[in-house]
Amino acid sequence: MITKRIIPCLDIKNGRVVKGTNFQGLSDVSDPVSLAKYYSDSMADELVFYDITASAEGRALFTDVLCKVASEIFIPLTVGGGINTVEDFDRVLKCGADKVSVNSGAIKRPELIREAAQKYGNQCVVLSADIKRVNGEFRVFAKGGREDTGMEAISWIRRGVSLGAGEVVVNSIDTDGVKKGFDIEMLRAVCDAVSVPVIASGGAGSMQDFTDLFRAIPDIDAGLAASVFHFGQIKIPDLKQELKNNHILVR
Amino acid sequence: MIAVIDYGVGNLFSLRSSLYMIGADSVVTSDPSVMERADRLILPGVGAFGDAMKKLRDSGLDRVIRTEAAKGKPVMGICLGMQLLFEKSYEYGEHEGLGLLRGSVIPMEGKIPAELKIPHIGWNALHLTRESRRFCHIGEGDCVYFVHSYYATDCEDSLIATAEYGRELTAAVEKDNVFGCQFHPEKSGAVGLNILRGFCEEDPQ
Repeated sequence: MITKRIIPCLDIKNGRVVKGTNFQGLSDVSDPVSLAKYYSDSMADELVFYDITASAEGRALFTDVLCKVASEIFIPLTVGGGINTVEDFDRVLKCGADKVSVNSGAIKRPELIREAAQKYGNQCVVLSADIKRVNGEFRVFAKGGREDTGMEAISWIRRGVSLGAGEVVVNSIDTDGVKKGFDIEMLRAVCDAVSVPVIASGGAGSMQDFTDLFRAIPDIDAGLAASVFHFGQIKIPDLKQELKNNHILVR
Repeated sequence: MIAVIDYGVGNLFSLRSSLYMIGADSVVTSDPSVMERADRLILPGVGAFGDAMKKLRDSGLDRVIRTEAAKGKPVMGICLGMQLLFEKSYEYGEHEGLGLLRGSVIPMEGKIPAELKIPHIGWNALHLTRESRRFCHIGEGDCVYFVHSYYATDCEDSLIATAEYGRELTAAVEKDNVFGCQFHPEKSGAVGLNILRGFCEEDPQ
């Protein structure tokens, strides 16, 4: 049976890994290539690289980093950040990415999902959504969680999947950086709405949070986190062992 | 030298890098004379069966692969490349494959419990059903990375490994010099590199 995936996420700015709390106050953590290698060796199931640079120079540094990572690390790589066109897909896939996640680019122009899925297949297109509760509803935010789009999140995700997204990353802004556990309520709502793999993001603070996630929502596919891994609060081999002890299937 | 067959489908970056990583001398090519000179062939591929087969036929590479395989040259198919080794596929219609292996490729839909997601995507454990030299560096239960919605069936004579996903799905096949993996060894970490090693090493005389 398919195992539950543990995915460290590396935010990259100007070729370096950074991670903020609630998307603010970024701090430099480590070199992407050595960090990626460390994760691959410690049995991470996949890596996500988010390019959070806006400049052309930063973007070029990012693709350099990606090529370097992909030529040394042989686990699935997902790339996101600044993906607005099919050409952007092409740019990162050529550097060894396996999947590309779209967020603001798809909000601006949902057809991007269909175009990319037609060209590269649904399995290649990941819809990433930053979601926050506003007036009792789940709302999609754009631009790294800074801008309320006014769109209801579940219907947006349904639409993205019907356009061809083969996987969904749900990042709860409400729990991100708080380290008190994943947003079970939000994640369950998404899992109930779509039949493609769903990846939980935002809120992991302890190994127990991952156990709770996979227990509460048996059909969630993966747990994604950044700082708890980067700062060594959770070591992936320990986490895998803990999950195994709790009868959750992992690699 | 290993020829990775380039027929315009799929991304070969990781495959090339992983072959380089294990120290295998490889070249990405669509040139029949290079394929003829090579010691081994790898047929990669992602996408739709019908399109891929059409590309192989239009470029005449289907004949080159068949000829080289008939000479006894080791051939490895990966993912869609493995599916192409079979007689036919029922992906969007009915398409003839290379016919190097007996069996056909059918949709998972309707053949696995409805609550399971399609594609079968992620890390799954291999159940080794028959001994193979190609798997001499890996073991029962090792996990590899799958992404597919169709699977090979009626291939009992070549089946060497399965993966459980609501049913036993064909994960790897081997018949004489023809070898195929439904999963992506180039994305399966150390286990995947060890499978590529098993294919790239000199066979005992």
